[in-house]
Amino acid sequence: MNFEFFFNNLPELTITGLAFGAIYALIALGYTMVYGVLQLINFAHSEVFMYGTFATLWTVIALNAADANGVKLIAILIVALFASMALSALIALALERVAYRRLIERDAPRLIALISAIGASFVLAELMGLRDRIAGWFGLDDDLSEYVGKARINNSMAGTLEKPRFDVGGVSISSIDIIVIVAAVGMMVLLDQFVRRSRLGKGIRATAQDPETASLMGVNPTRTIQVTFLIGGLMAGVAAFLYMLKIDTTKYDVGFLLGVKAFTAAVLGGIGNLRGALLGGLVLGVAENWGQALFGGEWRDVIAFVLLVLILLVRPTGLLGESLGKARA
Amino acid sequence: MLLEVEGLCVNYGHIEAIRDISFGVPEGTVTTLIGANGAGKTTTLKTVSGLRKVRAGSIRFEGKDITSIEPYNRVKLGISQSPEGRRCFIGMTVRENLEMGAFTRKDRKTAAYREDLDRVLGLFPRLDERIDQIAGTMSGGEQQMLAMGRALMSRPRLLLLDEPSMGLAPKLIQQIFSIITEINEQGTTVLLVEQNAAQALKRSHDAHILETGSIVRTGTGKELAGDPAVKAAYLGGDV
Repeated sequence: MNFEFFFNNLPELTITGLAFGAIYALIALGYTMVYGVLQLINFAHSEVFMYGTFATLWTVIALNAADANGVKLIAILIVALFASMALSALIALALERVAYRRLIERDAPRLIALISAIGASFVLAELMGLRDRIAGWFGLDDDLSEYVGKARINNSMAGTLEKPRFDVGGVSISSIDIIVIVAAVGMMVLLDQFVRRSRLGKGIRATAQDPETASLMGVNPTRTIQVTFLIGGLMAGVAAFLYMLKIDTTKYDVGFLLGVKAFTAAVLGGIGNLRGALLGGLVLGVAENWGQALFGGEWRDVIAFVLLVLILLVRPTGLLGESLGKARA
Repeated sequence: MLLEVEGLCVNYGHIEAIRDISFGVPEGTVTTLIGANGAGKTTTLKTVSGLRKVRAGSIRFEGKDITSIEPYNRVKLGISQSPEGRRCFIGMTVRENLEMGAFTRKDRKTAAYREDLDRVLGLFPRLDERIDQIAGTMSGGEQQMLAMGRALMSRPRLLLLDEPSMGLAPKLIQQIFSIITEINEQGTTVLLVEQNAAQALKRSHDAHILETGSIVRTGTGKELAGDPAVKAAYLGGDV
């Protein structure tokens, strides 16, 4: 174990870990909110995130961000953020419509919906991984080569962004990490307030707790479920954009590990609990990064899941443990 | 008639829960359905509020056929239900529960809304005292008051009350029933389902007795309360 490296770099390791954790947390929201309302794990949520990373990448390519700087670059990045949120939200809404709605309306067992989720996840991932072929059917593969190329390997926007680091009391901090943490935590606070205070948010909480009684209050369950998927999609879109700022690279199967990690974060914090998702994400991100420094990078995922098991042994309902419906005002 | 139920049949799978029942609720009255466990009282109420699908028959509200309207849209028409077992949103505060009751209202920032909230809190002073308390931490009686208050927040024309006295202490039962009368006197029509037949009949204009999914007797509250057969079956011999 590399204690010397660990202790010498503790602040940097923590900040990088928090940045990863913030991204996990944003994705975790989608899992946790849908679970809160439907008691269903939307395993296709990882693909909602994956499509967001591509929306970011393609916007950056299409608007030629590599040659831009200053205000123009910021404008392009804002467009990329919105594109990512829009595509992720669209995919999330399509999932609800195609993979779930009829099953839910007919009261299908949750296991059936789970199979539907896994199926939808593969279809979405493979559509992205086979986009060169699909474009080929329509003779578009040459015209769109920048977008459909390298369908099954890494696609990168590395070098588009300068990522200045600055020094605070001898600790070198990446500006991107700070942007990621501030943006993610800001989004979570906004969402938390929305769910607690707004009329629609109360409708979501009421449906999470007791859908039948909520409908007696005038809450339309289908609309509520749609809004829940929409919010999950928007948050995954933000996560995808921030992920691309930090990592630069994506691939058709990037959702898998990120999705599993985010799901872990949601369970760690207490599934169904919004603040739990944030806490779970941050704890997971930091623990992974610390563990990686101590034991080596290949242990990263092992540490994440050992941590999950240990925490669930002590607190079976997760760190914060309450559900969306029971969340206090 | 504010509410007209005609030839209503409701099934749970292959089991007929309700067989061809017809009754009306005249505007401004308290109408009661009494009957033993499993007679179909709650099912009837849930069908009126839209939670159960109709196999045959029709439900008309203010002359309009609402048989196939979704429950969340029936609230907008003016039907509100306080469900069996209270079903308060136990993770929310009293205030939030009352706000949920007014979910369909667009005037929630106006004086009219304030007035209605004050009216409900006037009916149930206990809720006023506990306005910021989490509903799940309150007693059964308080939760019953909350469920009724919540149902009133949508300003219903027709209030459906499912066993409001269930599981409450005798003194509290008296109180709940006098509040029902007060709500009715303030102009809300009430359709009540009760096992406590003695109290319910005393307070109702009309009543119907349900047995195994059919209406077997109909009359005014007074008539039924005085009927020897009803006394023997539902009132334990005394009123």
